[in-house]
Amino acid sequence: MPEKDVAVAAVPRPARRRRGVPPLARFLIRRILMALLLAWGITLVTFVLTNLVPGDPVAANLGQRALGDPAIVAQWRTEHGLDKPLWEQYALHLGGVVQGDLGMSQQSHRPVAEDLAEYVPATLELAGVAIAISLVLGVAFGVVAALRRDRLADHVLRVLSLVGISVPTFWLALVAFYVFFFRLQITPGSGRVDPALGAPPGVTGLQTVDALLAGRWDIFTSAVGHLITPALVLALYTIGLLTRFTRSAVLEVLGQDYVRAARAKGLPGRVILFRYVLRSALVPIITVAGLAFGSLLSGTVLVEAIFAWPGIGQYAYKSATSLDLPAVMGVGLVVGVVYLAINLIVDVLYGVIDPRVRLQ
Amino acid sequence: MTLAITDLKVTIGGKDILRGVDLSLQEGRVHGLAGESGSGKTMTGLAVLGLLPHGARATGSIALGGRELLTLANKELNQVRGGEVAMVFQDPATSLHPMLTIGRQLTEHMRHHLGVGKKEARARAVELLGKVRIPGAQEAYGRFPHQFSGGMRQRIAIAIALACSPKVLIADEPTTALDVTVQAGVLRLLRGLCDELGLAVLLVTHDLGVMSAVADEVSVMKDGLVVESGPRGQVLREPAHPYTRSLLASLPDTATTTDTATTTDLPAATDTAAGLPGTVTDEGVR
Ligand SMILES: Nc1ncnc2c1ncn2[C@@H]1O[C@H](COP(=O)(O)OP(=O)(O)OP(=O)(O)O)[C@@H](O)[C@H]1O
Ligand SMILES: [Mg+2]
Repeated sequence: MPEKDVAVAAVPRPARRRRGVPPLARFLIRRILMALLLAWGITLVTFVLTNLVPGDPVAANLGQRALGDPAIVAQWRTEHGLDKPLWEQYALHLGGVVQGDLGMSQQSHRPVAEDLAEYVPATLELAGVAIAISLVLGVAFGVVAALRRDRLADHVLRVLSLVGISVPTFWLALVAFYVFFFRLQITPGSGRVDPALGAPPGVTGLQTVDALLAGRWDIFTSAVGHLITPALVLALYTIGLLTRFTRSAVLEVLGQDYVRAARAKGLPGRVILFRYVLRSALVPIITVAGLAFGSLLSGTVLVEAIFAWPGIGQYAYKSATSLDLPAVMGVGLVVGVVYLAINLIVDVLYGVIDPRVRLQ
Repeated sequence: MTLAITDLKVTIGGKDILRGVDLSLQEGRVHGLAGESGSGKTMTGLAVLGLLPHGARATGSIALGGRELLTLANKELNQVRGGEVAMVFQDPATSLHPMLTIGRQLTEHMRHHLGVGKKEARARAVELLGKVRIPGAQEAYGRFPHQFSGGMRQRIAIAIALACSPKVLIADEPTTALDVTVQAGVLRLLRGLCDELGLAVLLVTHDLGVMSAVADEVSVMKDGLVVESGPRGQVLREPAHPYTRSLLASLPDTATTTDTATTTDLPAATDTAAGLPGTVTDEGVR
């Protein structure tokens, strides 16, 4: 009797391949092209929104006497390209952005790109450390809570994560600043490093990294000391959120058939945990992490204000209140691109982790 | 006797799940286990591997070649799992990890149990894939479960189960989740492997047609007890227990001959399986 079922079901569905490009590369190229398209969209949106703002940049930037002189006003407008039609202004803006030229800040009288290069690394350092802390602690806590389900560790971690989620960041920042700096005096105060030491020579703009590159151990420890409290404050919410989601994701995966099948194969517990359970659980964890990091970024504005952290939040506040349109657009662009990058990373990780996504 | 289960009792949270199950498996023989949903077939299988749900307590005896499994420490039990007793689950769509390659799932326990190197494990895995008749075994090695059909996935699951040359194979309704058209192939494969490798197989199934075609011995469970057990012909032809009779009577093809269930069942039962395993006899395939 011929093996009919074999003949019918025999050929495994082949992964689609075009022009010999491997599936993962094709997946990456698609995602990156998409991100570029979105980046263009961001320039358009920031431009339009910024120009919709009711308020006259001329009035915000020229003094009373200059405003009375139409010639000066006209000259100022020409200088800043405000006399051209809007679409032309956008074309110029876009052309500039592509070359890394974001126009001149009307406040600092420096190129916006230069201003950003100074402020953005401070925020990236703060947010990056906060993200790293929340990923490590959040996932670890969540896994422990799931494995110790309904036992003491689980209960303790659940209460802690609830606290992390419900405490407002600005309040926590104030309390931390007050308690650790004013009262206990165990953390340094505001800023990024001890002013007596001075900033390390700027290479990356990340002062911890620059200090290490310069071999200045004293600056490094000072920078870490300044960084740790605001970063923890910023991370607390995300830690709580990730603990919660990791716990439920791991519990869900633990109940899956393939985990029981893996146990039936006699694999050691740690192999099952890391290879079978965590891999699947990472998909929902990454989704939540991507969203949480977005909200972490908006939290930096408050934390920067309280810890006098010279980051992009501070710069954005200054530019917005003075209607410094090129600077505002620059900030919008940077923030948009950072969100985009987070999304791109999340998307790519999906593809790396789950073959069903990358092979479609 | 390869595996002897005697007076196995399992309670979960004070509820009696198994109430004294006796079963024995012999090498080269397929022992079919039937019974209604919830009668404890799956729990019997899981008890052998020590994979009962949390909070379950098991008493009695499960002896594997003279070694008592119920009292074995977890570490030693892990050697038995996959190494000496392997299991194939009902739904291959969920029992294979969707994000790991077939090769990975085939070789990791092999390397763990048998201590073989990467290369050797790979060679053996490809050979196994061929043995369960996966076409293009070399390519299949690097593919993922979603790239295979249901029947193929169950064959892969069987290959995984056999990777460490276990003595006992527990197959929990291995064809229930599959298309009718591919069920026969998988059953024939199981039967053939049992004969070729001298496996002791516990085949759990709802389908008495499947049972009559593949099993050597048949046991019937009800409410956590084995109510009937014996050679296939005897149990299916002359069921002693009323419950077995009612099971046989409920087969669709016997609906017209309910009153004669005791004598005319076997051919009818074989027909129910749509003549699928028709060539499967006690001598096995080919
Ligand atoms: N995790 C659990 N906790 C408590 N009771 C359970 C659990 N899992 C199963 N049971 C109970 O154990 C009994 C036997 O279940 P089992 O899965 O072994 O039945 P089965 O014969 O395999 O049925 P089916 O044919 O539906 O697969 C059922 O009454 C079921 O309700
Ligand atoms: Mg079952």
